[in-house]
Amino acid sequence: MEKIKIDIQELDLFFDKKQVLKNVSLHIPAGKITAIIGPSGCGKSTLLRSLNRMHDLNPQARLSGKIMLDELNILHGNTNVVHLRRRIGMVFQKPNPFPKSIAENVSYGLKINGLHDKKKLAEAVENSLRAAALWDEVKDDLDKSALDLSGGQQQRLCIARAVAVEPEVILMDEPCSALDPISTAKVEELMLELKKKYTLVIVTHNMQQAQRVSDFTAFMYLGELIEVGETRQIFQKPQHDLTKNYVEGHFG
Amino acid sequence: MKRKIIQILGMALMIAATLVVVAILGVVLFDLTAKGAPVLSWEFLTQSPKKGMTEGGIFPAIFGTTAVTLLSTMLATPLGIGCAIFLHEYAPDNAFTRLIRASIRNLAGVPSIVYGLFGVAIFVQFLGMGASLLAAGCTLGLLTLPSIITTTEEALRNVPRLTREGALALGATKWETIRTVVLPSALPGILTGVILALSRGAGETAPILFTGVAFYSRYLPGSVFDEFMALPYHLYILSTQHHAIEEVRPLAYATALTLILLVFMLNLTAFWARARWQRSLGAGK
Repeated sequence: MEKIKIDIQELDLFFDKKQVLKNVSLHIPAGKITAIIGPSGCGKSTLLRSLNRMHDLNPQARLSGKIMLDELNILHGNTNVVHLRRRIGMVFQKPNPFPKSIAENVSYGLKINGLHDKKKLAEAVENSLRAAALWDEVKDDLDKSALDLSGGQQQRLCIARAVAVEPEVILMDEPCSALDPISTAKVEELMLELKKKYTLVIVTHNMQQAQRVSDFTAFMYLGELIEVGETRQIFQKPQHDLTKNYVEGHFG
Repeated sequence: MKRKIIQILGMALMIAATLVVVAILGVVLFDLTAKGAPVLSWEFLTQSPKKGMTEGGIFPAIFGTTAVTLLSTMLATPLGIGCAIFLHEYAPDNAFTRLIRASIRNLAGVPSIVYGLFGVAIFVQFLGMGASLLAAGCTLGLLTLPSIITTTEEALRNVPRLTREGALALGATKWETIRTVVLPSALPGILTGVILALSRGAGETAPILFTGVAFYSRYLPGSVFDEFMALPYHLYILSTQHHAIEEVRPLAYATALTLILLVFMLNLTAFWARARWQRSLGAGK
């Protein structure tokens, strides 16, 4: 039996009066890559963003149910969101580097958490950029603006930025949707490398991607979790007709 | 065929409209330069008016306008940016905040003489500043406040949501996100707004008319509680109130040219600062 890192229990989510997630229960196993797939608007990004409480920004969002990160009750009012987000990092749909230098982007999370030792910061920058397979490309340009990098490099920089604070889980919300195939391949390779150290949850539109990188796949439809299982089983022997039709490309 | 003719006609009309605007501007600038430039000299810029303003220069007015504009900027910029940050980042979007926004926008359209009267009532009399550099600076500051707030809010709105979320997702608090990511991203826009508001303030006469500007002063203001001379008011006097209007007409043109150059330099600074900042962000690509 896999060790469970995140345990989602009977999660409901409303935006105003519209119910976007319906009674979703899902186990995210530690040290694996879990892919969430499903057609646009099925709630997969919404589910992902519930895990690090990004819905806090939206006053119209209401959540009920329970999400446990190990022993931490994520949705509880007393949970320190700042600490939570150090443990669960996130990479977004489009690269979103800060308008700062490459080094400052990577060290940002450490600095706001109070680390100012220049030597330690420099070490963390190098280690994180190596972990994101970006070091060799940018090591001479650390002081240059991150906005001058290519889209693929920017996205790997965002991964380095997330890795720098040494989270336990990394969420990726369609991380390759704005990237060309070569950059996509690099990011996928990186995901497989990262899972040695981190638990990964990725939302993706790309079913080949889900098959290439993920260990487990969850299929969502209209706010409900339809089916979850080992990736090979979901794509080759789906139990549910909806899943079968989706992974075979009948709709999407 | 008919559609093609209409298409050409439409384009021609737009080009004509643009040409008219540019031509008017060109005529004004040409006229000012032709009549003002011969008088413009180092002495004119660095000396006080002499012999009942029929000779000498306009240095006290240049100094006064620069001082009152800087003072108003120092007062209005922190207030305006702070207000915009609160309105855009913190205040909930409800009927009350919408009313505040609408009021601020309307304030931008209030005639400047109204600000002048308000300045007399509040700063000069009620707060006892007297007619002074400080009172005039406060009044001008009030005048530029609405446009600083509006442009700052606009600049904040243009910071992508994804950029903010990037910082929040790393565990930054809301204020840390604003301070370290949102404000630096919005700075070029804020800077441009401030400098444009400043250059508008520099050319205003009505708000300083009763609050601190002097007809003629032999000395430069020694503190913010002294009266001062200012370019727009000096120009007004030279062109309508002087006892020998015809005689000082060239001086008036040169004063106008100086004022325009000053404002032009301010605007140039705005564009330069913006371009420089954006280049340092690498957003030029």
